[in-house]
Amino acid sequence: MQIVFPVILTLSLIFFAFSCYRRLSLVTMGTWTGRMDRPFQRIADTLVYAIGQKRVMKRVFGLNHVVIFWAFLVLVLANGEFLVQKMVPSLSFANLPGPLYLLLLFSFDICSLAALVAVGVAALRRAVSPPFEEARTVEAYFILSMIAVLMVAYFVMHGAEIALGSQPAGLYAPVSLMTAKILLSAGMGTHLATVAAFAWWIHAVALLSFMNFLPYSKHMHILTAIPNVFFRSIEKPNTQPREEFVPYGVFGADSVEKLSWKDLLDSFSCTECGRCQDSCPGVATGKALNPRLLVHSIKMNLLAANSRTGTAGSLIGTGEERVKEEALWNCTSCGACMEACPVFIEHLPKVVKMRRHLVEMEAKFPEELLNLFENMEQRSNPWGMAPSERSKWSANLDVMPFEQGQAEYLLFVGCAGAFDARSKQVTVALTKVLDAAGVSYGVLGKEEKCCGESVRRLGNEYLFEKMALESVQQFQSKGVQKVITQCPHCFNTLKNDFRQYGLELQVVHHSELIDDLMKQGKLKPVQSTGEERVVVHDSCYLGRHNGVFDAPREVIRQATGAAPVEFGRKGENAFCCGAGGGRMWLEEHEGTPINVNRVKEAVATNASTVCVSCPFCMTMFEDGLKAIDGTTVRVKDIAEVVAEAI
Amino acid sequence: MLAIACIKQVPDTTQVQIDPVTNTLIRDGIPFIINPYDAHALEESLRLKDSHGFKAVALSMGPPNAEATLRKAIALGVDRAVLLSDRVFGGADTLSTSNVLSAAIKKLSESDEIGIVFCGKQTIDGDTAQVGPGIAVRLGFSQLTLVDRILAIDTEAKTIRVRRKLEGRYEIVEARLPAMITVVRELNRPRYPTVPMRLRSVNGELEVWGNSELKLDTATVGLKGSPTCVSRIFSPERTKGEILGDGMGDPIGAAHLLLDRLIGGDLLAV
Repeated sequence: MQIVFPVILTLSLIFFAFSCYRRLSLVTMGTWTGRMDRPFQRIADTLVYAIGQKRVMKRVFGLNHVVIFWAFLVLVLANGEFLVQKMVPSLSFANLPGPLYLLLLFSFDICSLAALVAVGVAALRRAVSPPFEEARTVEAYFILSMIAVLMVAYFVMHGAEIALGSQPAGLYAPVSLMTAKILLSAGMGTHLATVAAFAWWIHAVALLSFMNFLPYSKHMHILTAIPNVFFRSIEKPNTQPREEFVPYGVFGADSVEKLSWKDLLDSFSCTECGRCQDSCPGVATGKALNPRLLVHSIKMNLLAANSRTGTAGSLIGTGEERVKEEALWNCTSCGACMEACPVFIEHLPKVVKMRRHLVEMEAKFPEELLNLFENMEQRSNPWGMAPSERSKWSANLDVMPFEQGQAEYLLFVGCAGAFDARSKQVTVALTKVLDAAGVSYGVLGKEEKCCGESVRRLGNEYLFEKMALESVQQFQSKGVQKVITQCPHCFNTLKNDFRQYGLELQVVHHSELIDDLMKQGKLKPVQSTGEERVVVHDSCYLGRHNGVFDAPREVIRQATGAAPVEFGRKGENAFCCGAGGGRMWLEEHEGTPINVNRVKEAVATNASTVCVSCPFCMTMFEDGLKAIDGTTVRVKDIAEVVAEAI
Repeated sequence: MLAIACIKQVPDTTQVQIDPVTNTLIRDGIPFIINPYDAHALEESLRLKDSHGFKAVALSMGPPNAEATLRKAIALGVDRAVLLSDRVFGGADTLSTSNVLSAAIKKLSESDEIGIVFCGKQTIDGDTAQVGPGIAVRLGFSQLTLVDRILAIDTEAKTIRVRRKLEGRYEIVEARLPAMITVVRELNRPRYPTVPMRLRSVNGELEVWGNSELKLDTATVGLKGSPTCVSRIFSPERTKGEILGDGMGDPIGAAHLLLDRLIGGDLLAV
């Protein structure tokens, strides 16, 4: 016994280290990305989100995980002692000062009980109401029972020792004490030593097996989740990295080797909790896309790469280790999956990298996009309208051209605001509001160019780069510093994407500006529209991607005299209209329409008006409402609601 | 065997406006694009390269800046790109353009056999639809205009069968190669260049031929060889039609007005 265990332990540790090395070294197949900036912020975030489990707790059932996680942290001490003490008896907590030892025993007892109850609840939940149907895996139940075995063995071991008198009995170990009583009353009095030894071995074998099983299961997250939070993108992943367009370069990613090491670490950190898929508009409407499976495919591909002597197979295609092309095009880039992920897996950058491969290396994309790309390249707008039409919306208005020194703000109208019939009305309403508040602004008129947002999210980085360079050069030569946008897509691109080109603009979305103007008393609404029940729809690129949630609500409250009605899925959990990520320009062939899903939710709130703050959302709601018979619900932009109140 | 696509760089006419005073096209600052029909001609030559092993050649006559359009053709995958550019070619009408293009095709035939010459059915700036047929006649090629489908090509027997899209009917015809084919947009869907191809096209080989290569009689090319004379360009005045109601302010009312008019005038087909 004294020789057997150290040998088993050593072999186990070697095998565990080898497994971890084999799996984790796969991560180095990825490309380099720096994730060590702001180390103190990273440590603080890790404490809040990994140790503090902040995101885990956002869903009710997360509490169960918190219990298991915290119990584990405490029991790491107990198990560490357990493994060492057999070989070096002096390394025992029993040698600590009495009260401290008793406190530890108490904590171990309580935490073991809490963990036992929590895995029981987890098993029950998985059987009765799993997070998703496929979650009822043998692996999941196996892991849960391993934990249960560990806990039960712990109690039996300590119970037997208490009964034997080799461990002091008392209320500091209530569960173990109870186990001792059960053992005695079950007539095990004469076999206590055997029971204790048996329980010890069960515990030892379970512990070492559990440890060695970890690297081969989804419970790898026990090892990777904390580092994954540490290495997360500190800024919201609302932009995409630039590419360097050199001859014979490789663009985008069709294999794990072209993803970053963090993308690959993400795949090992996924616990398959299913929260991303619960919040994904693609999954909710029956598309091929499933963010959980996307990450899973990357992991499977990476594992398969190992057996193929370090080279990876194609990541795009069919089968468990590949992502379907349709799935990549289904993504609306809404970011709900990333917001839901407790360990900060970044799904969207992976989607865009794979789209880049399809567009840039293979010129393979849904056929509707050919026209879009040509229109953007030749006429700098998605519809291919003549650039001379760009200023038609202001034909009967007195709008000044932007000139440095003359106007404080550039009003960046955007393609929709300039060409789309419905959104042109929004632009006019916005100028009315700005004029009423005495804001100094000018426009670029026919010279304005498309910001290229859709093109970038669709993976045509080459074209985006060309468009961005033109716009950045134009802004710089005109001395633009402060910009008002009425489109969250322009907002995000001007604010976050153009920064990569050395242009730091102060970009303000019109809802934020109007909120400010009201607070400064420059806009005084007459609040005559009190009849309306206004429900606020959060645009993904304003809300989730840029954190602007309060301004639109405050504006509605000021303009209508009543707080807005809310969707069930609101704020950072808001449901996309279906137009982001360039999907505005794609047909929706699979499943049910995303916009109809959201429109039905709007109608169910009994609101009379849906207030949007994005021209794409406007189009999706206008179209979606046509699918609902007999509804009188109308869609208005926030600028229109305000324009009516002044 | 060569599949030659004749492509022209044209001003983006949706962006061209006519100067109300001089009645000429205002071309300042108007971007140039490949003539949209020619994009389909180019695509078909590339498809024949992929499917039948043809060598794809892009051929264009124009000023030096037409290089941009040929570079796009290189990015799309043509094997050769030839720009016919010379001061003496300037000011050409369809007749002298056909002369120059035909001479260039003849020169290309010195090293390779010509299979098919593709042209767009017409250009969006001139809209004459004469250059393609002009080439066919000068070179003695089979002339197949308005083709919307290539049904069969037999490179052994040197025959081709195509469908022509005519007004209200289709016509399936067979002809001997070499043939000159003008294409309509339904023929195919042009491809999009990959980024590596685009990057390579910047330094890709582009041949520029002037009259020193083609050795044509200068009286048959350029302005001198052009009997056409444009006396005036103007937008026709609208004599019919009216705007009903206020579509922006009251779309439902405007729709009612329109329906009343259509029903009242018995203009709706039943």
